[in-house]
Amino acid sequence: MCAQNGAEGDPSAGPPGTGAGELRAVLEGPEIRRALTRIAHEVLERTKGAEDVTLLGIPSRGAPLARRLAERIERVESRTVPCGALDITMYRDDLHLAPARALGRTDIPQEGIDGRVVVLVDDVLFSGRTVRAALDALNDLGRPRAVQLAVLVDRGHRELPIRADYVGKNLPTSLRETVRVQLEETDGRDAVLLGPAGGPGTPAEALRRSAGRPGPGGESTGSEEENR
Amino acid sequence: MRHLLSTADLGHDEAVLILDTARELAQIGERSVKKLPTLRGRTVVNLFYEDSTRTRTSFELAAKRLSADVINFSAKGSSVAKGESLKDTALTLQAMGADGVVVRHGASGAAHRLAGWVDGSVVNAGDGTHEHPTQALLDAYTMRERTGRLAGLRVAIVGDVLHSRVARSNVLLLHTLGAEVTLVAPPTLVPVSVGTWPCQVSYDLDEVLPKSDVVMMLRVQAERMNEAFFPTAREYSRRYGLDRDRFALMGEDAIVMHPGPMVRGMEISAEVADSPRATVTRQVANGVSVRMAVLYLLLGGSEPAIGQR
Repeated sequence: MCAQNGAEGDPSAGPPGTGAGELRAVLEGPEIRRALTRIAHEVLERTKGAEDVTLLGIPSRGAPLARRLAERIERVESRTVPCGALDITMYRDDLHLAPARALGRTDIPQEGIDGRVVVLVDDVLFSGRTVRAALDALNDLGRPRAVQLAVLVDRGHRELPIRADYVGKNLPTSLRETVRVQLEETDGRDAVLLGPAGGPGTPAEALRRSAGRPGPGGESTGSEEENR
Repeated sequence: MRHLLSTADLGHDEAVLILDTARELAQIGERSVKKLPTLRGRTVVNLFYEDSTRTRTSFELAAKRLSADVINFSAKGSSVAKGESLKDTALTLQAMGADGVVVRHGASGAAHRLAGWVDGSVVNAGDGTHEHPTQALLDAYTMRERTGRLAGLRVAIVGDVLHSRVARSNVLLLHTLGAEVTLVAPPTLVPVSVGTWPCQVSYDLDEVLPKSDVVMMLRVQAERMNEAFFPTAREYSRRYGLDRDRFALMGEDAIVMHPGPMVRGMEISAEVADSPRATVTRQVANGVSVRMAVLYLLLGGSEPAIGQR
């Protein structure tokens, strides 16, 4: 289905070992756990104890990641950190390219976000458009003192001037590849998978080329690529 | 293009998608900025040939919260009063580039006809005595919100079923969602075709009340009645009105619903209408969320995610 139409040039030289046509795990459970623990400590360091930090995960896989970060921060500081979820579907800039999508859960902690340091949490940073949408959504919810971004994987190919403050792993990829994050909470296992394009999660470019028809599976198989 | 003309067009998954979407959108009503940018640049026309306050304002508010441009078009004070036909009005709106048309009309099937004339999505906001799908959706939403389930829920719909578009839409939708519906009405106010509806029919309210989780009272639509369907209003009220004594027959957690406008003292007593177990105002609030969900799912993407093709 959404095959990339002859993008042979391969502008960014994908890493070796992707020719087999199947998914390859680049991060497994223990590495993901270590990366999250490191990010939790970095958040504490950067925000000087995370006293006014609110963690907001972007559904679907950012939300469990935010909860995991909150647990880790709580374990270190023995203090609870407000943690919630922020669905950005209604703020997407590509809504008109695909049929209307089901909404994810938005759950803003009781304290609200006014005057807080909001750390947005997502699984993969790609084009940056999801984060742009999240910033717009925050704008309608209140006025945070600062907004920071934590991602498990940064795969490059930004289309907007956006960068992450905390990165689990920088993963150089080709546009022809897909990155899928699987989490215990949503998929039954922890892994970051790298594979060739064309699965249920297809890069934005391919989506656009094929006139906005998403793969029939949607995001059912642990794909994240809507976070392009 | 797809439309929402009848609840019969909605499959189980589509109906649940609308309710789930509405549940998320309900949060918008509690924020200080009650606005989403989703339908920016889209135009929604409210085409109302019949009087309506609740439904029209609800649709208007829903469209505005999604940032759509809204044009209100009522038959009074428009070219319709000068004799313009529905089709010509539709083509005028079409020429103006309406993405969505919300239509209420006194003739059953008007929305369906309109859907054949315009390119935009048509949402039926009540056509004659036929259907009122968004009302049924908001009723189902309210039932799910209050009781936590729809499958197996026992719902009694009581009153003027014959003239009620709400009853038909509710029966079809609730059946799709797995609820068990019993219609309760005097024999003269039950439609002839009711044998084909997926529901039970009873003429005895007192017998049905204790077995119901939800009791939905319908208004007697005197304006649609051109013959005598029951001897006197008082007799109707005695047999089919929900008063304090009948309210006491209901289960402790059972709720009372009414699509409005209520006629207190006729189908429902003031005491019952003001009870905390009556969901009338909650239904109105939920109406905005449900209509936002419908407009989003019809107009928000490259093609509608719900409704009849």
